[in-house]
Amino acid sequence: MSLLSVSDLTVKFAMRDQTVTALHDISFDLAKGERLGIVGESGAGKSITGFSLMNLLSKPGYIDSGKILFEGQDIAGMNDAQMRGIRGNKMAMIFQDPMVTLNPVLTIGQQMVETLQAHRKLSRDEAEQIAIVKLREVYIPSPEERLNQYPHELSGGMRQRIIIAMALLLNPQLIIADEPTTALDVTIQADIMELLLELCQSNKVGLILITHDLGVVSQMTERTLVMYAGRIVEAGRTREIINDPQHPYTQGLINALPQQTLPGHRLKQIPGNMPSLTSIPVGCPFSPRCSYAVDHCRTTRPEPISYGTVRVACHEVNRLHNDTPDQEKQA
Amino acid sequence: MLAYLVKRLFQAIAVMFVISVIGFAIQDNLGDPLRELVGQSVSEEVRQQLRDELGLNDSFAKQYLRFLGNALQGDLGTSYFFKEPALDVILKKLPATLELVLGATIIIVGLSVPLGVYTAIKPNSIISRIIMGLSIIGISIPVFLTAILMIFVFSVELGWLPSFGRGDVVHVWGYWDTNFATLDGWEHILLPSIALASIMLPLFVRLIRAEMMEVLESEYVKYAKAKGIHPGRIYFVHALKNTLLPVITVGGVQIGTMVAYTILTETVFQWPGMGFMFLEAINRVDTPLVVAYLIVVGFIFVVTNTIVDLIYGLVNPTVNLARMGA
Amino acid sequence: MSDMTTSTEPTLMRRIWDSNMAYSFRRNPVAVVSLLIFAVIALSAILAPLIAPFDPYDPAQIDIMNSEYPPVWVDGSESQFMLGTDDQGRDLWSTILYGTRLSLLIGLCAVTLQAFLGISIGLIAGYVGGRLDSLLMRLADIQLSFSTLMVAIIFLAITQAMFGSDTFNRFAVYFLIAVIGIAEWPQYARTVRATVLAEKKKEYVDSARVLGFGPMRIMVRHILPNSLSPIFVISTVQVANAIISEASLSFLGLGMPPSQPSLGSLISSGFDYIFSGSWWITAIPGIVLVVLVLVINLLGDWMRDVLNPKLYKG
Repeated sequence: MSLLSVSDLTVKFAMRDQTVTALHDISFDLAKGERLGIVGESGAGKSITGFSLMNLLSKPGYIDSGKILFEGQDIAGMNDAQMRGIRGNKMAMIFQDPMVTLNPVLTIGQQMVETLQAHRKLSRDEAEQIAIVKLREVYIPSPEERLNQYPHELSGGMRQRIIIAMALLLNPQLIIADEPTTALDVTIQADIMELLLELCQSNKVGLILITHDLGVVSQMTERTLVMYAGRIVEAGRTREIINDPQHPYTQGLINALPQQTLPGHRLKQIPGNMPSLTSIPVGCPFSPRCSYAVDHCRTTRPEPISYGTVRVACHEVNRLHNDTPDQEKQA
Repeated sequence: MLAYLVKRLFQAIAVMFVISVIGFAIQDNLGDPLRELVGQSVSEEVRQQLRDELGLNDSFAKQYLRFLGNALQGDLGTSYFFKEPALDVILKKLPATLELVLGATIIIVGLSVPLGVYTAIKPNSIISRIIMGLSIIGISIPVFLTAILMIFVFSVELGWLPSFGRGDVVHVWGYWDTNFATLDGWEHILLPSIALASIMLPLFVRLIRAEMMEVLESEYVKYAKAKGIHPGRIYFVHALKNTLLPVITVGGVQIGTMVAYTILTETVFQWPGMGFMFLEAINRVDTPLVVAYLIVVGFIFVVTNTIVDLIYGLVNPTVNLARMGA
Repeated sequence: MSDMTTSTEPTLMRRIWDSNMAYSFRRNPVAVVSLLIFAVIALSAILAPLIAPFDPYDPAQIDIMNSEYPPVWVDGSESQFMLGTDDQGRDLWSTILYGTRLSLLIGLCAVTLQAFLGISIGLIAGYVGGRLDSLLMRLADIQLSFSTLMVAIIFLAITQAMFGSDTFNRFAVYFLIAVIGIAEWPQYARTVRATVLAEKKKEYVDSARVLGFGPMRIMVRHILPNSLSPIFVISTVQVANAIISEASLSFLGLGMPPSQPSLGSLISSGFDYIFSGSWWITAIPGIVLVVLVLVINLLGDWMRDVLNPKLYKG
């Protein structure tokens, strides 16, 4: 049985005079200890997917339909108390910006101890001992002293390590990391990712890594979802998606990577912008930016189909695949 | 920490210096001490002589220094009306005002935090809407009008509560008589305290609500939820502490307004405190008393503001008092 | 004729009507009713000399024999005095109209003065920065902590004692405008300064500077427009506060004299009579004052919700 099984998840936002759909029929599975990447441009619905899994959508947003089975139980239908028992305990989350994630008026120790005490009957001393062990695991020097420090006394990289330690406090089954390094200096981004990978592997924790960086996904994950305008456009094994992308959007993302461009040449950007949630085109949502789009694409929405080992939502995937033999060689 | 204290002390001294100069300038320009001393019937020659003896012909700076020297020794002149040292007159009135302020503060603090938190947590409930509606009416009624309204309803029409004075007070210590020892004292202080609190309370409810709602939207509150922390702890530990930090600052600023409102409240209820005394002193052109009030009130401002700043620094871990001194 | 004009150049009115703000206004009954009430009060105040049946400033029209008549719906009233008379025998309705006129005039002028001072100081402090900035802001802190009402009470008390009642009463309007106007500048200064600091960092200000525009032009043409929405919101609340301050000062006898009463002084003169049963002299001007301040505050609340500006706290 898979650890997490999401089927036909649809998330909507109730705006003042209309309801917009932020996620359409998202379905995917995650095995125990498996690492999954979710990629896409900002606004694609990656973070919303992450927060839906925690049942933590903020106010106008709500789960409209679909199932989120975590260890066989449906999260979408849980009440607050049941959900609290899972959050931070079996499923932990790492937020984007460590500078604003920790509460500025509580010490690191208080914030770690409260997490433990929320889920286990532990004394403060016992909880602190566990916290110190976890801080050591993320290579925080002199962890005993950190417990009495406030967040503002620590650097961004240090804070994100502490947040990773907090995520591991209760030995969860799954960690959802929402762009965990975007807010950090480039120099420490790789360190943090390496640490996260190492800890997930050694503790056999499942990981859902939300990012816009395909390079990171290729190093960190076994499987990948590519999202566009609230839909999954391509899903499959990470290696295959990176080496042989099927969907024109995925191809565009890979071509836009700096490594794919010769020095001195312009980066190959995907023309145009992602449509806003209120003005998604009728047919394939990517069609206005797609160089392969034909009339059919602009009128009918493509359903995901199996193509080789991946699933891809594109009408023209056959034609497209034959058209791009160069790229395969390159990769 | 020490450096910060020293810096803050210098600031306090600077403000007190300005207040004392203003006070002295008022004393210098308002009223003629000679007339108070000898009346109108003395010849110009004798007057000149007296002026010289009293040092009234000295330079402004010299006279100011003498004024300052006396003030530092607790001598703020003698009230024309009471024929007593002005400082003594004020100190006798001070406890009544402080008890009134205490009563109002208890009402404000005791109600604004629960009401503000409640309306922030449940912004759409009917009770919240009622509280917010009442609060905007509250800030729209001037303090003196609330006072008059309450007198009209509870004293004139219903006859439940007294409309003026302190009632039975019990002597505690020194100049301090307290209202809180007898039922009659409680009855007398109830309406004035509510009146004094009537504009500040809705102001603080609205402030706490706004701050709390902002904090509840923050990433760290979302993160606390993602850790499975109980809502009670999120509201009262994670959110409230961050909410109260800016509220403390505003509280410090409001102390001055509170003192001004005591003048209004005491006037309506004829409360024998220093605000009522001040207004009477103005009507009697009792200059030394007016100046003394100014200096005492200035001193209270400076001290309370410094204390509020220090509390803020101690409560807020991101403020480094040691570094602020540098 | 009118068809012509509306079809060819309706742009401004049409644009205002179609704007987001107007839309949210139309959908908010509280705001609509508040504006209506405010308009009625303001119009009656402006047109007081035309509407009022008596001139409360004309001693020839006042007869002490007419004092303390209750409003017409109470027994013992006199039909020519709709809302009754005050302790001096003045028609209360006329006196309230004139008093509202004074209260509104003082409130609006004082806020204009506040805004002028505060915006100028805020722009200068934010733009020049450095020592001048910290000095001005420190001054603002101190000024704020002393509270407008306190400063005003002391200033007016001293002025009254120095000039004597007669002179003071003659110039009371100007003194009130000056003291309320000067005491509240920090509200504006801090908000404007915060916007200046935020905007100064942005590129367009740099490019304007590179293009050789002077600091005055940059501030007034480029930075100031960005402060407009907080200034609007502050101004509404400030008008309400200024009216309350004026009423409080007049109530204490430090504002408008009984011979030329504002709403505050009317309430004050009536206060002595509530124990003897003449509640209307206090109650009716009191209701007018509260309604006036309340509708302004409600409009301010609505505006804050719509414009949602970053206001300086504290």
